[in-house]
Amino acid sequence: MSEMTYLRAISDGLRTEMRDDERVLLMGEDIGVYGGAFKVTDGFIEEFGADRVMDTPLAESGIVGTAVGAAVVGLRPVCEMQFADFVSCGFDQIINVAGKMLYRQGLPVNITVRLPSGGGFSGGPFHSQNPEAWFMHSPGLKVVAPSTAEDAKGLIIASIRDPNPVIYMEHKNLYRRVKGEVPEGSYETPFSARVARPGTDLVVITYGAMVHTALEATEDLDDASIMVLDLRSLVPLDEAAILAAVHECSKVVIVDEANQTCAAGAQVAALIAEYGFEDLDGPVVRVASPDVPIPFSPTLEAAVLPSVDRIREACRQLLEY
Amino acid sequence: MATSSTDVHIGPSGTAPESPSAHLTPDDRVGLLRAMLLMRAIEERAMNLYRQGKVPGSFYDGFGQEAVSVGATWAMAGPDRLCVLHRDLGAHLVRGVQPANILAQYMGREAGITSGRDGNVHFGDPRTGCVGMVSMLPDMMLVAAGMAMAFKLRREARCALTWFGDGSTSRGDFHEAMNWAGVQHLPVIFILENNQFAYSTPIKQQFAVNPVERAAGYGFPGVSVDGNDAEAVFEATRVARERAISGGGPTLIEAVTMRMHGHGAHDDMKYVPKALVEEWRQKDPIDRQSARVAALGIDVDALRAEVRAEVDAAAKTALAGPMPDPATATDRLFHPREAEEILLEDGQAPWSGFQVPS
Repeated sequence: MSEMTYLRAISDGLRTEMRDDERVLLMGEDIGVYGGAFKVTDGFIEEFGADRVMDTPLAESGIVGTAVGAAVVGLRPVCEMQFADFVSCGFDQIINVAGKMLYRQGLPVNITVRLPSGGGFSGGPFHSQNPEAWFMHSPGLKVVAPSTAEDAKGLIIASIRDPNPVIYMEHKNLYRRVKGEVPEGSYETPFSARVARPGTDLVVITYGAMVHTALEATEDLDDASIMVLDLRSLVPLDEAAILAAVHECSKVVIVDEANQTCAAGAQVAALIAEYGFEDLDGPVVRVASPDVPIPFSPTLEAAVLPSVDRIREACRQLLEY
Repeated sequence: MATSSTDVHIGPSGTAPESPSAHLTPDDRVGLLRAMLLMRAIEERAMNLYRQGKVPGSFYDGFGQEAVSVGATWAMAGPDRLCVLHRDLGAHLVRGVQPANILAQYMGREAGITSGRDGNVHFGDPRTGCVGMVSMLPDMMLVAAGMAMAFKLRREARCALTWFGDGSTSRGDFHEAMNWAGVQHLPVIFILENNQFAYSTPIKQQFAVNPVERAAGYGFPGVSVDGNDAEAVFEATRVARERAISGGGPTLIEAVTMRMHGHGAHDDMKYVPKALVEEWRQKDPIDRQSARVAALGIDVDALRAEVRAEVDAAAKTALAGPMPDPATATDRLFHPREAEEILLEDGQAPWSGFQVPS
């Protein structure tokens, strides 16, 4: 074990898998000589060469589309979108080509698409989005979103090894803020939920950066025992873990950093309404970003993204219900 | 670097204008004709099945464009990989897909290549090294470029080929694929199947400059060929493939042809001048190849009868097959980790140039 940042853990996972499997190659804009906009692949080109750490043209559809082609003839490409927001330019190739290939033609598409996502640092409307729900709604894609350094490494390795297209959400606001003990060598984190903190009075269900916001918000909340469930995987969604947490706690707050409508949390709420109704002791409460673009100015952005205070207040009100 | 439309399909000196390639044996010439006849017969049968209500949705064919897919595929080796467009049924036939499975595919039956998950020529049989298209065009240009990228990275002497239409050249993926292939100097062949209309939109409303001229802007050659001459399409593709596998990079081939039927079976094509259709009917690719084959002393009528019998039998087989089990509708969304890896396999490559002398 060694302590490293979330960002270094992603790098460590990529490097580990590239050393273990020569079919793995990285593709993206400015990932080679420059080492990536966030330096996730810093130093990779020296170890693995320009063929496997490929600086591509500025062409997101091209990155995904060529990765699909390379995958079906035996490579295992890992695509980096420089910012998750830019995946809209590669959307068609993910949704219509990669996502539907196996179902239609019996041909698996083993690609991983890394999406540096999320806000909290004045990135503005085009460098702050959380587009995971776009992909949850489209069949044939897996979607994962680690919140810790250990899971960041384990999930990138598991994503590369998974024979299907995997959308890997890496939260930019965790890159250097979150550190943790990370096992040496190769290991996989399962595509299932994790109890970030056990509790019995209320459960906060969330994923990604909001796991940390939720932990802080509920650390010492009127002596209540509050569970935080970290989903880690959005497709597949760990329905058993969600319903078990609802059964245990009876009160649920669901937190999304993404825009509220049809966010991942909406699917969680629907699941609980349908299958966890008998266990509930209060309404299912949601905290999410309102349905506006993520604004640039710090005061406006703070007013939009779910905060420690908003989550704390939502929990407090529900506990009093 | 764009060359004029006559550069490619003239063979070496001494070759008759009727034989644009010096690399085809009599058997090749018959094989080209047979594949085109088979494509047309299957599509005519499918159109009848559509009118009988046995083909759901609509039906899309490549009547009059048979030379484009058959001629190009004839030049491709078994380990090469193809992304096939919806008017290119001939590619599947040359690579070895069986007519009965194709007719079952049109009818949404279990024995179709996609087991009823997709229709029409939206299929690729992984066992023949082919990837089926999606309806967003020309997405497969990028997939083909990606295959070629893998071949180049692994230093394999293989290439990838894909077809796309005149309308496709207006979309961004055309640019992204052309640019990517040019920048990385990939072993890929892009075949622009210019059939004059994208649904109802004529090419004069599609582009101001013929896309074949744009190839030079991406750093590789663009050539135009008579898309109604299977041997000319073969020859242009053969040359492009040689260039690709010897490290010469991509080629854009414009195959000039005409869509003789509506966009789909539902389309009465009233927007196409009748005189234009009549003009192109005189250039029918099957008529042209039949004349060549007849000159070899082959009984073309007997060949037609043989193909018709094959399609009759295939239709019988396809019609006798079951529809998919509704209980399977949600199967095969994800490939299990523990299952065997599935990759594209080599298809048939009947050209005499690939046969090992015995």
